[in-house]
Amino acid sequence: MSQMMFWEAVRRAHDEEMARDPLVICMGEDIGVVGGTYKATTGLYDKYGPERVMDTPISENGFTGLAIGASFLGVRPIVEIMSVNFAWLAMDQIFNSAAKVRYMSGGQLEAPIVVRSPGGTAHQLGAQHSARMEKVFMGIAGLRVVTPSNPRQAYGLLKSAIRCNDPVFINEHELMYNMKGEVPDEEYFHPLEGSEIAREGRDVTLFGYNVSVHWCLAAAEVLASQHGIQAEVVDLYSLAPLDRAGIKASVSKTHRAIIVEEAEAPVGVGSEVMAIINEECFFELDAAPVRLSAANVPIPYAHVLEKAVMPKTDDIVKTVLKMLGRG
Amino acid sequence: MEVSVKKRLLREMLFARRFEERCYEAYVERKIGGFLHLYPGEEACAHGVLEAARPGRDYVITGYRDHVHAIKCGADPKEVMAELYGKETGSSKGRGGSMHIFDAAHRFMGGYALVGGPFPLAAGMAKAIQMKGDDDIAICFLGDAANNQGTFHESLNMAALWKLPVLYVCENNLYGIGTRIDRSTAVIDQYKRACGYNMPARQVDGQDIEIVYEAAREAVDHVRSGKGPYFLELMTYRYRGHSMSDSNAYRQKDEERVWGNRDPIVILRDRLVEAGELTLEDFKNLDTEILEEIENEIIKFSEESPDPNPAELDKYVFADNDPWVRPAANGGAK
Repeated sequence: MSQMMFWEAVRRAHDEEMARDPLVICMGEDIGVVGGTYKATTGLYDKYGPERVMDTPISENGFTGLAIGASFLGVRPIVEIMSVNFAWLAMDQIFNSAAKVRYMSGGQLEAPIVVRSPGGTAHQLGAQHSARMEKVFMGIAGLRVVTPSNPRQAYGLLKSAIRCNDPVFINEHELMYNMKGEVPDEEYFHPLEGSEIAREGRDVTLFGYNVSVHWCLAAAEVLASQHGIQAEVVDLYSLAPLDRAGIKASVSKTHRAIIVEEAEAPVGVGSEVMAIINEECFFELDAAPVRLSAANVPIPYAHVLEKAVMPKTDDIVKTVLKMLGRG
Repeated sequence: MEVSVKKRLLREMLFARRFEERCYEAYVERKIGGFLHLYPGEEACAHGVLEAARPGRDYVITGYRDHVHAIKCGADPKEVMAELYGKETGSSKGRGGSMHIFDAAHRFMGGYALVGGPFPLAAGMAKAIQMKGDDDIAICFLGDAANNQGTFHESLNMAALWKLPVLYVCENNLYGIGTRIDRSTAVIDQYKRACGYNMPARQVDGQDIEIVYEAAREAVDHVRSGKGPYFLELMTYRYRGHSMSDSNAYRQKDEERVWGNRDPIVILRDRLVEAGELTLEDFKNLDTEILEEIENEIIKFSEESPDPNPAELDKYVFADNDPWVRPAANGGAK
């Protein structure tokens, strides 16, 4: 194990897979000569050349479609969309071509592409550069959606996504590229399905994904040290499909569930997890599940407003205390 | 063009015409559902271009008016018809329908129903060909109205920038669904739009298969020789509405008469008759033979084929048994 930053882990996965297979390529805006806005492809242009590390025009739907067409013939493209807001423009090709082609061709074609993109709210980027779009991607049949919360997952999920024969969308976070964490020194593949217990507990389950896993861990620390409450934190790194068995197992143990998400509540991860709890383990519940979500507004610019949008550690702690009758 | 080739093309085009007309009947009989977009009037486009290429080996992609392109690439007409019937024996196992015919074995890479969707997919296939160093090419057939999508501009730009081996064929039938081109498009001659991307382009008559073939040969040679993409515009006309739900009331009778007199099958037939290579009697016999084949083999096969099994509803959503999705303990990723 060695410490590595998130962007270094993403870069390492690219490099290893490109060295192994000449049909693995990457493309996106400013990923080549510049090395990527978040450095995730630094140095690859010099190593693999412009044919395999392609600086694209600012044409998200076009170059994503191009990647999909290349994947029909066995090429393994890793597409970086500079900000997930721009992925709206590529939705047509991701949904209509990549996600559906295996099905509508009766299994004759497949689109093994990876689309990676950072989202989330960062440093006052405003309404059109602060999208949380995972909820949109996770409802599409034929598309896998994963979202790493640490460098180990970022490395291992990308490695598996490149080799997987299905299209995979990887939802990253603008604020997490400089996060440090342990990554195995040997080659490591993270399964694309499932969930991970980020912290064991018995009193309540906090479900998080991507950045909100860290919010949950911070709250769990406060709950343990100040209130003697053992919260379990479940990291839902796979959003499509969601880990029904993992959700059921944790709720059956703690009998209480809170879902913490960076996105707005409507039609989101929280609503989906609550539906799964209802379907899988309703009678295990000792309290009604709760969602802690972003306010349902476009992300504002002013720092004080931007901060007010998101659930905070204190909100999680208070919700747990109330749920346990100690609020 | 050799007489034997002309005769074969005449048969192929007549077969395509009768196949499509039989689709119409089956639709009226409610054997075929969904949307159905037919090709009569435009036969010289697909046949002329693909005759100049290597059908079955070059990669071909198109929109929803796709039956005839698939068959010319080598798809079995029985399987195409069975697909329209929604049968398990269909080319897409009944999962696609009329707008989504696929035959990967013959490199017919599909019919797509989002107008303009195939432009970047074709560029991507050409990128893959370029990487592999093969001398195959990608051919993308779409209508004139698709050129008003953003994907047209994005794809032509990338194809020209990276010198991708792709031939864009514009079947200009003058209408985008029910709207005539001069009411939707600022530039009427579509080949002129390719010049904006420094791409060689040409416009020719799409009703005379010999003209289409000669122009396509030049275009295919250009693309195959590594000089980059090419845009070929074929002026044509569809003899039916946009789809079966189309009243076709938006077109003038005079216009329909003018184009009706330029039927690609009649043009080639008359040329062969004038040259003494074919009699009208031969043509009639050919037609009878085709109609019998369609009825006795294609329709029979489609009628008798089994429906897909609802128990296999979610087959083909994801790859089977992909090891990278499961944990190592379960034989998966490690």
